[in-house]
Amino acid sequence: MSTQLLLEATGVVKRYGAVTALRNASLSIRPGEVHALMGANGAGKSTLVKILTGAVRPDAGEILIRGEARAVHSPAEARRAGLVSVYQEPALVPDLDIESNLRLTQTPVASFLSWVRELGVPDLDLRETARRIPLAILRVLDLARALAIEPDVLLLDEMTAALPANLADRVIDVVRRQSQTGRSIIFISHRLLEISALCHRATVLRDGETVGVVDMAPGAEEKIVELMLGTRIAKAQDWRDRRQQVPAREQDHPRLQVRNLQVGTKLRDVSFDLHPGEVLGVVALEGQGQDELFGILAGSRRPSGGSIEVDGKGVQFRHPADAIEAGVAYVPGDRAEALLMQRSVRENIALPFSARLPAWGPIKMRREKARVDDAIGRLQIDTRAQREVQRLSGGNQQKVTIARWIAAGSRIMLCFDPTRGIDIRTKHQIYPLLRELAAQGVSVLLYTSELEEVRLVCDRAIVIFGGQVVDTLPLERADEASLMRAAHGLPRDESAA
Amino acid sequence: MTQFAHRQGWVLGLFVLFALLLAGTWAIQPDYGAGGVGSLVRAALPYAFAVAAQTIVVIGGGIDLSIASMMALTSVTAARLMGGASEEFAILVVPLVLLLGLLLGAINGILIVITRVPDIIVTLAMLFVWQGVALLVLESPGGGAAEWLRALVIGTLSIPGVPEAITQWIPKALILVLVCLGIVWIPLHRSRLGLSIYAIGSSSLAAFRSGVGVARTKITSYAVAGLFAGMGGLVLTLSTGIGAPIPGPYLLASVAAVVLGGVTLGGGKGGLIGPIVAVFILRLVRSDLTLLAVDPNVATIIEGTIMVIVVMLGAFIAMRSRAS
Repeated sequence: MSTQLLLEATGVVKRYGAVTALRNASLSIRPGEVHALMGANGAGKSTLVKILTGAVRPDAGEILIRGEARAVHSPAEARRAGLVSVYQEPALVPDLDIESNLRLTQTPVASFLSWVRELGVPDLDLRETARRIPLAILRVLDLARALAIEPDVLLLDEMTAALPANLADRVIDVVRRQSQTGRSIIFISHRLLEISALCHRATVLRDGETVGVVDMAPGAEEKIVELMLGTRIAKAQDWRDRRQQVPAREQDHPRLQVRNLQVGTKLRDVSFDLHPGEVLGVVALEGQGQDELFGILAGSRRPSGGSIEVDGKGVQFRHPADAIEAGVAYVPGDRAEALLMQRSVRENIALPFSARLPAWGPIKMRREKARVDDAIGRLQIDTRAQREVQRLSGGNQQKVTIARWIAAGSRIMLCFDPTRGIDIRTKHQIYPLLRELAAQGVSVLLYTSELEEVRLVCDRAIVIFGGQVVDTLPLERADEASLMRAAHGLPRDESAA
Repeated sequence: MTQFAHRQGWVLGLFVLFALLLAGTWAIQPDYGAGGVGSLVRAALPYAFAVAAQTIVVIGGGIDLSIASMMALTSVTAARLMGGASEEFAILVVPLVLLLGLLLGAINGILIVITRVPDIIVTLAMLFVWQGVALLVLESPGGGAAEWLRALVIGTLSIPGVPEAITQWIPKALILVLVCLGIVWIPLHRSRLGLSIYAIGSSSLAAFRSGVGVARTKITSYAVAGLFAGMGGLVLTLSTGIGAPIPGPYLLASVAAVVLGGVTLGGGKGGLIGPIVAVFILRLVRSDLTLLAVDPNVATIIEGTIMVIVVMLGAFIAMRSRAS
């Protein structure tokens, strides 16, 4: 292994008009290392990635590839230079089948297929249209496609964010073995545990500047968090105390009672109670029926059997409007599914609660404004770009999706992986927000793909496996190992309990 | 105020463009006066209703290719009913024709929602259907229009106490178009239904999840478009005095004005004022080219070029203002 750097970027500057996205970013990648690129949302990670892969040109700075200055002007050029990236959004053309997609990018099929198997997807049909493949699998296919090209530097942007735990483990495994063969990986993730287990070094960006390079060693996580947060050390633990004040409300009547819910073969038999002021975690691997469960509760799907009661009254939702009317709100992980990206913050917040008004009745402007301002204030949404929601950062967008339901007066929040792809700082604003909602009596059903969130936010957790609730864990037993075992359908480990 | 200017930047720009064109017209033709403005507004009148109809559908994420046919059908229906009938009978004809327009639009919307065939195909098919029906109603230009109704469109406003030097600049047709569009658009824009139309155009999944009845909203947007087309058909009959069953050149003109007016063809963005100003701009460009004695064939080339340049410049300015 030579000591020469594979990739070195120094003093990279990028301005968009008056906004400086990168003021002084640097990054150096050694051969055979897994290098984490860290930073809160808006720190400049994605801009740096775009510059490295040739999608955006920097205003200043030098990029050396194997010691040679090289200007990369397009993703195709970056690829010829040995740098291949897997972006956060699936890159397969949705209306083409997998085979055509591979031909489009001139990917060797045999090598692609062996990587797909390696990554834990055994039965892939090459004639399947990309549109019909679930998101998690698509991401794995993107990775397999990148690996098949055999790049020198592989850039993975939030690769594990949308993956269930079992697939994420396979991906991490493959990445580790890649680095042992001398390839380098730039790894972008919000999951610190993953980073500390996998990466050799981490470069931390803050406000467009590289503020430190950390060698991964015990205790490095704290150092990274410190660097990312800078002087604004988040009082992340504050809300933990607050949760202690919330009394257990088991004795109350359940706000939401679900009994023997079924949809085809996907959801076989799910029953649980959700109490007022409770945050109930839902833990499941990809595709265990959680999508169907949340779809039914949100009114966008109909069950084939079972019953739902809200406050003791049986309900049948035929449309999301029915669910909203009953006080049930759905917050999807993908903000684009919830928000009108081209419209203003105000309109986005106003839309659901105006759904209760008669169609032609005028919206009462003053009252609407008061409720919207209240919701914005409570969530500390940065509204400098309030003309279009699409200009807000991911975290602020997610806050808008929650704020709109607060304004609508919802009493049951169905949150489906609400922190997916959000930076730590914003996550630590969303957790206390969920707790605060619970303290005010709102019931929260929280599906999460990050097991540690159960400990952080939930009062109890149910585990769904194969369309059935296989376990209900009180907080004291909801450690990550127990959740993981249950999610894989393993019986409860009595000796540990 | 600056925020207002920022938000309405495109519309303000269109007004400036219109003013520049008017100034240019005077430079070409120094005696272009109240009469010229009056005939410009009258010529633009049916276009204004066509573009209003197209705007509401496009904001809702759709497109309606049958607008000109609906105008032809409502126009001949009005002409046939009023032809030879008493002046008073026309009082009944107006609501009837407007209702017909609403119904035609609703049928378009219902077909799109029920069949799930893309709207561009459904309305293309309905373009032929409504055109055929129009020919069944009246096979050649004919019929009539009540004189008192025609008086609403033709001539200038006379307000007692205001000298004619001022009133001659205000064609009745301009008042008519502002009142008709305002009566429908302003309450719609401020209601939940208006917000819902923007919502389905912006993202129908997000709108659905937010509790908006997507199918119902879509049908309503097409029905309101039909209502505007009905107004347009009625105005056609009133300004010519007869009904013509062959659709006029309003379809492509309406799409052009929608685009120039700052409404995104993907839906969810824009308003009604921009496209209406755009209609006047496009009409004025045409009359300027006529005044300059430009070959009509060359004139269409110039019109097309202007459209691309204006939209391109607009996108460029929007990008710059976003960056700063």
